[in-house]
Amino acid sequence: MGKQATRVTVNGKPHARVVEARLTLADFLRHELGLTGTHLGCEHGVCGACTVLLDGRSARSCLMFAVQANGCEVTTVEGLTPDGALSVLQQAFMDNHGLQCGFCTPGMLITLTELLHDNADPSEREVREALTGNLCRCTGYAGIVKAALDAAQRLRGGAGA
Amino acid sequence: MKPAPFDYHAPRQLTEAAELLASLPNAKILAGGQSLVPMMNFRYVIADHLVDLGGVEELRGIAVGDGRLRIGAMTRQRDLEFSPEVARHCPLLAEALRHVGHRQTRNRGTIGGSLAHGDPAAELPAVCAAYDAVIHLASIRGIRALPFGEFSLGFMATALAPDEMIAAIELPIWRTGHGHGFHEFARRQGDFALAGAAALLDIGAGDMVRRAALALFGVAERPARVNAAEAALTGKAIDTAAIQTAAAAAWSIEPISDIHAGGDYRRHLAQVLSARALGDAARRAGVDV
Repeated sequence: MGKQATRVTVNGKPHARVVEARLTLADFLRHELGLTGTHLGCEHGVCGACTVLLDGRSARSCLMFAVQANGCEVTTVEGLTPDGALSVLQQAFMDNHGLQCGFCTPGMLITLTELLHDNADPSEREVREALTGNLCRCTGYAGIVKAALDAAQRLRGGAGA
Repeated sequence: MKPAPFDYHAPRQLTEAAELLASLPNAKILAGGQSLVPMMNFRYVIADHLVDLGGVEELRGIAVGDGRLRIGAMTRQRDLEFSPEVARHCPLLAEALRHVGHRQTRNRGTIGGSLAHGDPAAELPAVCAAYDAVIHLASIRGIRALPFGEFSLGFMATALAPDEMIAAIELPIWRTGHGHGFHEFARRQGDFALAGAAALLDIGAGDMVRRAALALFGVAERPARVNAAEAALTGKAIDTAAIQTAAAAAWSIEPISDIHAGGDYRRHLAQVLSARALGDAARRAGVDV
């Protein structure tokens, strides 16, 4: 029942697969493409760990089917990361203790990538509001918020914290 | 994989979507999927067919004409949030959208999906109640238009027939210079509200209220207008005391009681939030209250 062709460009690379219609985009990324940077926490749209960019906008990949992404461009955490290095935002997470176990980090990075793209100079409140859709259960949010503000400053060309 | 198996259909035309809904047994409409897919992942919903309206171009878009803002049902909440037409003509909707879920869910969620889901604590149905929105429903029998009060029937219940879909929502535009207010109380930003109030006030010379609308959500089985509050305000000069008296009418609602909040607490919130929403609306209409 329900096999369907889908063509999705992920991190710039086109992929064509025939998959079950009920396969979520998250499972497609992890199991079909082996991109395990996208994490699955709650699988019902609350925790935000599975957040990816779909045509440049953040979306929960557990609340989409891979067949819905047909013709779309998806960016995962792997796509944010330069070869052999860290992005400015990732480096800021490292410098500001923005992660502990790292499970929520891919979703945090995707959400903040979208925020910093739309708003080069967000206030702390705007950062916190953007992060309401991403749960962290170990560090708390202080380091994450600090990392986001630090990254925003570095991306604007400031010295950084 | 969490949901039960289903067949997926992606029509490109409204007529094709209507045909599919009329012919497929146990079919569900997939709009933004931000409420349906969690329910499928939990297997609260088991559908044999999903009809994805995401590719139906004619169901998207925002247009202004004949004193109305017309919104295609599949318009994403995010697009409404940043629409200059919405901000200009229906600012209450723009303000309410900031309370709808999170950035990631607004990027996918649609206005039609929210209305069809009919959660009593959702913001967009409350906005439609306040504006007396007209909901256009499409099927193979054609289009029928229902006022929101007849579309919304109860707890997650609407007038949609099994083979019908929402095609568009029309919001009557209030006079330029009217005021709006929107307040809700939720435990955390992005959670469903325990209670909320949406208000519109058209205020003329001498601070005289020409027209008032007050809708509550999260407190009853469906969004409800507070007719007594509107009647108390209309045709009289507005001031802080008038707002307090009108907001007190929110006590008359029949509140729901659940693990999140008891009925009396919801009633209390309804009054407080009504006063705040009406106060904002009055101030935005230029009255110092």
